[in-house]
Amino acid sequence: MRHLLATEGLDAATATAVLDTAEELKRTLLGREVRKLPTLRGRTVITMFYEASTRTRVSFEIAGKWMSADVVNVSASGSSVGKGESLRDTALTLAAAGADCVIVRHPASGAAHRLAGWLQEAGTSVVNAGDGTHEHPTQALLDAATLRERLGDLAGKRVAIVGDVLHSRVARSNVHLLTTLGAEVVLVAPPTLLPAHVDRWPVTVSHTFDAELPSLDAVMMLRVQAERMHGGFFPSAREYSIAYGMSEARLAALPEHAVVLHPGPMLRGMEIASSVADSPRAAITQQVANGVHVRMAVLYHLLAHEEEVRS
Amino acid sequence: MAPRNRGAAEPAGRELLSAGDVARTVARMAHQVIERTSLGAADAAPVVLLGIPTRGAPLAHRLAARIADFSGARVPTGVLDITLYRDDLRRRPTRPLGTTELPPGGVDDQLVILVDDVLFSGRTVRAALDALRDAGRPSAVQLAVLVDRGHRELPIRADYVGKNVPTARTEEVHVQLHEVDGRDAVLLRRMEDPA
Amino acid sequence: MTGLVLRGVRPYGEDPVDLEIRDGVLAALGSDVDTDGAEVRDCDGLVALPGFVDLHTHLREPGREDTETIATGSAAAALGGYTAVFAMANTDPVADNAVIVEHVWRRGREVGLVDVYPVGAVTVGLAGEKLAELGTMAGSRARVRMFSDDGRCVADPLLMRRALEYSTALDAVIAQHAEEPRLTVGAQAHEGDLAARLGLAGWPAAAEESIIARDCLLARHTGARLHVCHVSTAGAADLLRWAKAQGIRVSAEVTPHHLLLDDERLATYDPVNKVNPPLRTAADAKVLREALAEGVLDCVATDHAPHAPQDKDCEWSAARPGMLGLQTALPVVIRTMVEPGLLDWRGVARVLSERPAEIAGLPDQGRPLEAGEPATLTLVDPAASWTVRGAELASIAANTPYEGMALPGRVVTTLLRGRITAHEGEVLA
Repeated sequence: MRHLLATEGLDAATATAVLDTAEELKRTLLGREVRKLPTLRGRTVITMFYEASTRTRVSFEIAGKWMSADVVNVSASGSSVGKGESLRDTALTLAAAGADCVIVRHPASGAAHRLAGWLQEAGTSVVNAGDGTHEHPTQALLDAATLRERLGDLAGKRVAIVGDVLHSRVARSNVHLLTTLGAEVVLVAPPTLLPAHVDRWPVTVSHTFDAELPSLDAVMMLRVQAERMHGGFFPSAREYSIAYGMSEARLAALPEHAVVLHPGPMLRGMEIASSVADSPRAAITQQVANGVHVRMAVLYHLLAHEEEVRS
Repeated sequence: MAPRNRGAAEPAGRELLSAGDVARTVARMAHQVIERTSLGAADAAPVVLLGIPTRGAPLAHRLAARIADFSGARVPTGVLDITLYRDDLRRRPTRPLGTTELPPGGVDDQLVILVDDVLFSGRTVRAALDALRDAGRPSAVQLAVLVDRGHRELPIRADYVGKNVPTARTEEVHVQLHEVDGRDAVLLRRMEDPA
Repeated sequence: MTGLVLRGVRPYGEDPVDLEIRDGVLAALGSDVDTDGAEVRDCDGLVALPGFVDLHTHLREPGREDTETIATGSAAAALGGYTAVFAMANTDPVADNAVIVEHVWRRGREVGLVDVYPVGAVTVGLAGEKLAELGTMAGSRARVRMFSDDGRCVADPLLMRRALEYSTALDAVIAQHAEEPRLTVGAQAHEGDLAARLGLAGWPAAAEESIIARDCLLARHTGARLHVCHVSTAGAADLLRWAKAQGIRVSAEVTPHHLLLDDERLATYDPVNKVNPPLRTAADAKVLREALAEGVLDCVATDHAPHAPQDKDCEWSAARPGMLGLQTALPVVIRTMVEPGLLDWRGVARVLSERPAEIAGLPDQGRPLEAGEPATLTLVDPAASWTVRGAELASIAANTPYEGMALPGRVVTTLLRGRITAHEGEVLA
């Protein structure tokens, strides 16, 4: 693996290998006093975040540090990024400064793809940590890792992704990865929050959350961003919450084994009831913990192999 | 992400040890371990066998079984995966991680005997020592190998050697074990394609 | 003037003749033309067409002379076989007054490679709030007869109605960039399967079609002449067919890139493919080619839009929309229309020269290749194939979406009123 830009096109064997590695890493580090592996000693990993995201950035940073990589954080305000330098120039500068891997979060869809193109010659790997409304592949991988822990093999499992699918990079990445791993995906959202031609996606679509609940093995709640609430995508937060919120009653209607995921940060009360978020049926903190191991695994698969196969 | 399956291709070559030889060698090593560690003595440090994947793991189990046969002592056995500690990760395709399984008692304050099939450059053992350091603090560490083929690149030696085999660098030593390869043997063959 | 004889050219790709040019005029066509005192050139097998007229060019001067100037844009035009171009008004400052349009017109004459006609803005500063001084621009030395806020839509229906009404007194045409802005907030790409997967905010076909429908009705109501810029959807072609059948005075153009390219190009996120309106589906492109052959779409216009590298070699959403087009228009028309048999060379003359000249009301462009007509023509080697290299094009900018593509048909010579303006890849000012 040279870059991780999207889960679309990521084959099942590679995805499974990354998940297996994450699982082993988790097991290896469990209960250890020294949570540090020498594997990526001398490799330089740069996180480049053009959008605020403590959660994802910290997760990548810890992952890199636990693998002994040198991790440098570049944020839009603390570097020439804020002075209007182009993404291309910033990336080339960081590559010239010796970055082996650039982890990028950017508001423009496709920014990570562009970066990978510009860094092709430099040999720098690129990890997409969320690009616009396109993809967020490591989030999908950590969601899959969490679901595997809770449910076992994902083949044949039925997973609902609920909420603002249209603007969600988490949803896109999860649709591709889950279907690649053999799960069935049902998108539950109002028509205004579904992408064009969603009928061509390998999913089923529902506008009736309650009807789906009894057949689900997992529910992934998506974040509803404030600007959508005021953008006329649905009449009111109240109506949204009634139709698409993860309430206690809905939790009760799920099968006993079913698990509830949320990529965070959560809007408690609106998209997910507080009691649901804090219940043992929710895997939200488990997701965060798995995030580190999955990102360690991604770095391992990107950086710990010979140059010749890095194509 | 090709695994390194050294023995999987049924390499032809000169047989250094037959199945019977392998069994006798392991038995002899078991006797040596019992003797050198004063196994069973009241003041002896508790012993743990840790096999290094792939073939060190079944070897450690065989060694433990022979030790139990000869001394009655049950030696805790585990597996120590060293992939994350290797210094040659960037020279090969991505390696899948093996599973590290330490015995329930861990390794702290115990005499750990690392078990591997072939001792060559010593780099695997170096990685294993690093991995072991992160796993705990043994009172001492020893090394047992089925075959020592020479050509050390690090100041490392084995405490228990099944067989010393003088080799050329252009040769490869293949240990085959029933648990992994379906049969027991040690083969010597010429590298067809020296890198 | 001594005269020029072009031997063996094939007018409209038909039987070879000799063309005799004297005093900027086609003096004679035939096998026994007068070569006395004339330079004789062997043009065996070259197809002769009336010089091309581009209703939609961005020459970027004034304002972005780092990407194109009237001089370099004129050179690109002449090399592409053009003898007249209409320079869009979205310069900086905007061509919304007589001073700017006269400047563009005068610079075009100074350069002298093609006739440069400035397009005036419909509204002041392209802001869509207040009519620009259309009459003053029409009465200026530039004699502006085409007005457009291209790059932006005249979205306010009342303002569009007024512009159409007002233009009738000037014998002018309003060229609309049909894009309902409320339906394209943040839009980045055609709202289709691919954009949805790529997370690029969608630009629905309805945003274009709703404005075309509205403006056709306004044109009917006012009796004014409407020209629809860069039609890109199958639905728009249906609307235009309907409007023309109603007798509404509407004309329409299609760009070469909308004939050839489609939204499959998005997958790389390379903004060289970002354009406004966006590349639509392959099905749209097919309908557009058929509509052009049918005459529902009147002509091909390049929407030649030079952009600096830093405005293209960036992330998709930060990139400016637009593509170079002047030097690749004919090859793309050959590839999409001639090769599949949708147009013959007379048809090419119609869509690249005659109809645009008529729409713009140019008396001396798009004329038939007949004795007594202006010697404004283009000689094409239809058998030649060439590989597009942005860096080798005459424009300062290099943002061609056809980089590395082999395209058919090469412009060998361009003549403007008897004078050779481009020959074998060189311009002759």
